[in-house]
Amino acid sequence: MNGNKPPVNSPEIRRLAPVIEPGHTYASVTDKIASIVLTRPTSKGWLAGFGLAFAIVMLLLVAVTYLFAKGVGIWGINIPIGWGFAIVNFVWWIGIGHAGTLISAILFLLNQKWRTSINRFAEAMTLFAVACAGMFPLIHAGRPWYAYWMFPYPSTMGVWPQFRSPLIWDVFAVSTYGTVSLIFWFVGLIPDLATLRDRAVNKPAQIIYGMLAMGWRNSARHWHRYQSSYLLLAGLATPLVLSVHTVVSFDFSIAIVPGWHTTIFPPYFVAGAIYSGFAMVLTIAIPLRKAYQLEDFITMRHLENMAKVMLATGLIVAYGYFFEFFMSIYSGNKFDLYLVKMRIHGPYAPFYYALILCNILTPQLLWIRKVRTNVAALFIMSLVINTGMWLERFVIIVISLTRDFTPSAWGRYSATFWDYATLLGSLGLFTALLFLFVRGLPAISIAEMRELVAHGPEDEE
Amino acid sequence: MTGEQRIHFHGLVGEFETPKDLLAAVRKTREAGYKKIDAFSPFPLEGLAEALDLGFWDNLVPQITLLGGLIGGLGGFFFQWWANVLSYPQNIGGRPLNSWPAFIPVTFEMTVLFASIFSVLGMLALNKLPQPHHPLFNSERFYKHASNDRFFLSIEAKDPRFNLVETTRFLQGLKAQNVTEVYDE
Repeated sequence: MNGNKPPVNSPEIRRLAPVIEPGHTYASVTDKIASIVLTRPTSKGWLAGFGLAFAIVMLLLVAVTYLFAKGVGIWGINIPIGWGFAIVNFVWWIGIGHAGTLISAILFLLNQKWRTSINRFAEAMTLFAVACAGMFPLIHAGRPWYAYWMFPYPSTMGVWPQFRSPLIWDVFAVSTYGTVSLIFWFVGLIPDLATLRDRAVNKPAQIIYGMLAMGWRNSARHWHRYQSSYLLLAGLATPLVLSVHTVVSFDFSIAIVPGWHTTIFPPYFVAGAIYSGFAMVLTIAIPLRKAYQLEDFITMRHLENMAKVMLATGLIVAYGYFFEFFMSIYSGNKFDLYLVKMRIHGPYAPFYYALILCNILTPQLLWIRKVRTNVAALFIMSLVINTGMWLERFVIIVISLTRDFTPSAWGRYSATFWDYATLLGSLGLFTALLFLFVRGLPAISIAEMRELVAHGPEDEE
Repeated sequence: MTGEQRIHFHGLVGEFETPKDLLAAVRKTREAGYKKIDAFSPFPLEGLAEALDLGFWDNLVPQITLLGGLIGGLGGFFFQWWANVLSYPQNIGGRPLNSWPAFIPVTFEMTVLFASIFSVLGMLALNKLPQPHHPLFNSERFYKHASNDRFFLSIEAKDPRFNLVETTRFLQGLKAQNVTEVYDE
């Protein structure tokens, strides 16, 4: 029986693509990544892409200015649907922001080598997604100029925030997450900023990168402390990333609204966040590697692994949907049962079916290896999943709020032009920031890629 | 009066092509009794800290991180307790004023926030960064290659065993390339 079985290490068994294509040296890795920032001319594609994104940022500014002038009445929100698009978008963006820290921290602790070439831009993506997310509760506040009331500061009114409220937990969770992600990202950047400083071809670049690098000189004594700080940050960020979407889910599950008051929310929110985050990393990685010929560094192995993570977290999300459904029926609670009925037959049923199609049915294609290794298919899949995750938050918020306990409290919700303009605008802001990031900072960690070169490409499990 | 008076001799720096050469050289330099040495690599090199014999006092980052976590956690919890129990008590659904489980999420976030900030600021402070200038940056080879593809070893002139002729010969004997003297104005 063992006679015709190939040995474990044979190419037939290990059909994995390498995490870095062979033939690279320390210098070639440095050159290739640093040149994108330092020497390559700004391409027409970059200008066109950034221009378009910037135009959409202008739309966001118009939408937000009009909002500040007129108030939240320009949106489709009403009583009982006080949350609407603003909170749907908030939860969606903060979910997307989970992949960066997951890749950087959790995969770092698990010593997964394939994280190396995607962690930098995934972290940048996290920061920009958190920035987009943080914007929505602020502009949704009605009087955004009082947003600082949410923070505990010694006010002349003599009051303090109510720390028993999940909304205050949310303020702390999201702002801590934003801060720690920024620190983590910046610490990872320091050695690369030193590389850019040393290779800068003009004075302004040398001064700017030099100031940011803070005089890093690759000393072994510095690396020693640097590594333990980086490891500790990874260890701290790991529970943090799980806590953030848990706290976001508390915004819902601590309330008694039908469809929200359920204990499955925290784990299934976290899984959904990772699901949408990886989808967004793919959405960015695929055009990025194409535009800057980074196929050597972001290999098929990376894309396939991300597809597998999406498949796994997608199944957890599917399990969450199923159990929401099951618990409503099993509990016999008539309000919960009615909510399930509203999801299937109610006025927003098309959204629910679209959600099932995007988040549960389509991703099952990822079981097929041919799909996982087809770049175009993965790109489309990532867009479908992101749409699905947005729909999930829409279904959770709108269906539950429109079908409360008493029929007199029922309502309808439809978004206005300004709702869509703000959502589109936040996408534009996200994209514009990404364009600036790719042009101004190394999108792949150069120091970590050198480490991969040192260990050799075949150093796999 | 002229610039010459202010010139400061920092030490010697030698260059190596592979991590292995650097590690071997560092070990031999320490065996030869040099103390004021430092190694440079374009990525964190496994075994280099051991070769330099860096001990407990060379890395206090974990302790600083722990301190930050304790300050954040305890401060976070007792601040909430003080604010919602003593300073501004409110009856929420008849729950006890010190409803501590409700204070845990913010306590956790503050622990992580303070530990992270302490960790990074502590790391930078112990590394004496920001330090915009260092004599080694005057070495052309060091500046061009330390953050790219080469491995360096420096011996400072302050070292009691340092002797320009002998130490230069010693470094060359370790297969170091481009052994250069580093000056600073």
